[in-house]
Amino acid sequence: MGGTKKFKRLIPRDAAERLLGMRRLTFIRNAGGPMSFSRSLLLFLFLAMGLTAPALAQSDPEALRPLINELAKGKYDDTQKQIGALVATGDPAVAPALEALGDGDLYFRKSDGMVFIASKAGKGYALTDPLTLESAGEAGRRDVKKIKVNNKLRRVLRSALGSLTLMAPDPAVRKQAAEAVFKSRDPDSIEALDAALAAETDDSVRTVMEQARAAAVLNSDLGDEDKLAAVEVLASMGTRQAMSLLLSVQSSLEGPVRDATAAAVTKIEKSIAAWDAAQNIWYGLSLGSVLLLAAIGLAITFGVMGVINMAHGEMVMIGAYVTFVVQEMIRTSMPGLFDYSLFIALPLAFLVSGAIGVAIERGVIRWLYGRPLETLLATWGISLILQQAVRSLFGPTNREVGNPDWMSGAFEVGQMTITYNRMWIIVFAMLVFAGLMLVLKKTPFGLYTRAVTQNRRMAASMGIRTPWVDALTFGLGSGIAGIAGVALSQIDNVSPNLGQGYIIDSFMVVVFGGVGNLWGTLVGAMTLGVVNKFLEPYAGAVLGKILVLVFIILFIQKRPRGLFALKGRAVEA
Amino acid sequence: MKKTFTKLALAGLMTTTIAGGAFAQEDTIKVGILHSLSGTMAISETTLKDAMLMLIEEQNKKGGLLGKKLEAVVVDPASDWPLFAEKARELIEVNGVDAVFGCWTSVSRKSVLPVFEELNSLLFYPVQYEGEESQRNVFYTGAAPNQQAIPAVDYLMNEEGVERWVLAGTDYVYPRTTNKILEAYLKSKGVAEEDIMINYTPFGHSDWQTIVSDIKTFGSAGKKTAVVSTINGDANVPFYKELGNAGIKAEDIPVVAFSVGEEELAGLDTAPLVGHLAAWNYFQSADTDANAEFIDAWHAYIGDDNRVTNDPMEAHYIGFNMWVEAVEKAGTTDPDAVIDAIVGVSVPNLTGGYSAMMPNHHITKPVLIGEIQDDGQFETVWETSGLVVGDAWSDYLEGSMDLISDWRAPLSCGNFNTKTGKCGGSGS
Repeated sequence: MGGTKKFKRLIPRDAAERLLGMRRLTFIRNAGGPMSFSRSLLLFLFLAMGLTAPALAQSDPEALRPLINELAKGKYDDTQKQIGALVATGDPAVAPALEALGDGDLYFRKSDGMVFIASKAGKGYALTDPLTLESAGEAGRRDVKKIKVNNKLRRVLRSALGSLTLMAPDPAVRKQAAEAVFKSRDPDSIEALDAALAAETDDSVRTVMEQARAAAVLNSDLGDEDKLAAVEVLASMGTRQAMSLLLSVQSSLEGPVRDATAAAVTKIEKSIAAWDAAQNIWYGLSLGSVLLLAAIGLAITFGVMGVINMAHGEMVMIGAYVTFVVQEMIRTSMPGLFDYSLFIALPLAFLVSGAIGVAIERGVIRWLYGRPLETLLATWGISLILQQAVRSLFGPTNREVGNPDWMSGAFEVGQMTITYNRMWIIVFAMLVFAGLMLVLKKTPFGLYTRAVTQNRRMAASMGIRTPWVDALTFGLGSGIAGIAGVALSQIDNVSPNLGQGYIIDSFMVVVFGGVGNLWGTLVGAMTLGVVNKFLEPYAGAVLGKILVLVFIILFIQKRPRGLFALKGRAVEA
Repeated sequence: MKKTFTKLALAGLMTTTIAGGAFAQEDTIKVGILHSLSGTMAISETTLKDAMLMLIEEQNKKGGLLGKKLEAVVVDPASDWPLFAEKARELIEVNGVDAVFGCWTSVSRKSVLPVFEELNSLLFYPVQYEGEESQRNVFYTGAAPNQQAIPAVDYLMNEEGVERWVLAGTDYVYPRTTNKILEAYLKSKGVAEEDIMINYTPFGHSDWQTIVSDIKTFGSAGKKTAVVSTINGDANVPFYKELGNAGIKAEDIPVVAFSVGEEELAGLDTAPLVGHLAAWNYFQSADTDANAEFIDAWHAYIGDDNRVTNDPMEAHYIGFNMWVEAVEKAGTTDPDAVIDAIVGVSVPNLTGGYSAMMPNHHITKPVLIGEIQDDGQFETVWETSGLVVGDAWSDYLEGSMDLISDWRAPLSCGNFNTKTGKCGGSGS
């Protein structure tokens, strides 16, 4: 961190040279694969450091090499000291090595102790010189050894790189750097922050920097006046992070500052409580949408057709495995398409699960209409067969289904954290629901389905081929379960047991919402989701689930046909 | 092998394997493998069955045992706990096996205990468990809590400076007992009641939003916080996904897990999880020649270079070699002779040392703390300087701290109370 004080100095004479070097580096690192974007971003920022930070030593790689090679020696504590020594040189040429160290890509050669940046190549590693960034040949798997990092070292690296990159040209990087300083609360970085603040033009970055400065001030031995101002900045942040920071310093403070801290904490607590309720509703909706996705196919096969389909969960599971197969094929043949893998998987999952559904209906269920007990046993048997088939085909272990970039991560709304995968699943569930409604209400096939379920004999006499409508309706329900599987593969295990976890919940939703009514399924799923999430913080996950079950049992006693009961002659028949 | 046709016929009614093994075939020694190949636990146990078959095949290549070939008898208890007892009985009575390697969950082990006691046979149990048990016919080759949980907590306390603890687990016997021990241990170290949060979830829990946000809240009290996870098998994947998405980084709130190994990580993109921890007695990344050989043999046997190895596999490796050595030492496969001979037997483990069978039927092991890497492997960041002796009865639980276990004559007792001086104290 010694280098931080020397910002805003001369542009080093060899900037152009370094630029060249950096380009080369970006090129080399780009060969590394999917991480390359963020890496080149980081490199870009090291380039920026090259322009703003001083060049204490002309980038003579050989002068730094002994220092770099030192990294390979000793234990974590020694490595930590060595990182400090490298940062103290203030020479940006050490940055790629430090970055690689944080990523776990820094290795040393066992034979001579030389340190290299290594990336996997075939059975061994491709080596890159950490200073000149030129290729340095290859090494076998057992010839080089990784320089180990642990969480402590990663924290050290994060804060070191953070305070070094406060002046980067890219505002996003500066923001990230300020956030890193906020977390490290290093009093030494106040000076660097002041310098950065003076030069800062972007308002949002400025705010984060001020917050970071406040965090560092509270940790320093500055006077009460500075600290009071810092407390005010943090209080206006209102986040959990700020509260955590205030709480941690509270005990070490005295007098008016301590009182101000306590007042700030109470204020933040109050605002967070309100957001918590909103967050809970969001969680409830999210759980509800998962329930809806799992249950909506069943709402057709069980709700509309009256078939107790115990193999419904397996249709969901098959949909998830289709996603896996699609991603696997994309990974091996067209890696560029990975972000679209889910869109490719959706129609395929619908077709595969739907086809299996039709086959089950034609092969087994149609012989058992009107005999619910036999249907239950037969479909349960089918579910076991499907599970074991998948187990023999794909193995019993979990399969990795990746989240595309747009499904990973989270964003903040006020004090709420909303994860992208949950948000898209809510949207997706609503789309599926709307689509299904359209099919049932606006298409001829939907008309036939409704006709057959409402009055089979009359529909048959009107010339509708009821057996085929049955098969296709069952196929539709199964297909919908399949596309639910695509969505659920994003949040759950893809294993042969995937479906079992959802079958009980699905029946619960359909029965609670009212058999035969899709709106009931929607309202039922959302109600159960929200109720569950409001019970969970108080009762715990286990008891919460039990309470929901008890609630449904009592509710069914009162209203045997669920929330939205169908009325009319069709029901009595 | 002395079982009659009547018994064979009776048991044959419920058996699914070939009962022909009951006909005395004196030229082979039979080894039973009792792992679920279907149902929920198949995900973990199938691998162990394959590992056992590999070990038996390798032993046969070396010339078998006592001049005879080993023969594996595989049954499928289908993740159904009562069926474990039936299948164990079938293995011993019908197939006449001399030792059984198997079980994963504690409840399946508890279900077969009476069978092994009654029929006086041997069970090698390869999975880390909650302790509080020591049985004459069972050898616990997995970790007891003092070989996994306690060192992990020590590591977090000393190296990471953790002061606040979330103990999160699946709601069944292993997490509950382990958390009880940990809670007592933490309190004995001066951690206040309000700095410990205990949370249980149902099996296969998949909606972790509330709990992850609770952890975030709990972790924002100004003290360094860590999560100690005894969450079981499948529920881990959605848990870690939620952690990753919620942006909880290992540098801020590390999670140390006792049930997450290489196998569980195989279904995950581990890039957002780098730095989260696990405590085991073996990692596939262990850099020893014995381990490299084992991994190569495993890949060759299974025909897939991407298959991982894990801690329970090493436990079977140790347990099997111990049994082989004990049988050679005793010169017979007779259970009583093997039980006497196996105490003190010491075999190489895969992390570069030797593991020995102790009188309490637990083994000595090194404890490793590993951080998850982006390739789905663990990297050892800390290990005990020596071997840790498995402790059947925890020193931190009321009613169990006075108990010791020693199956050597003349004590021959699994729960000897040092206070009352009697065998059969409380606890089990």
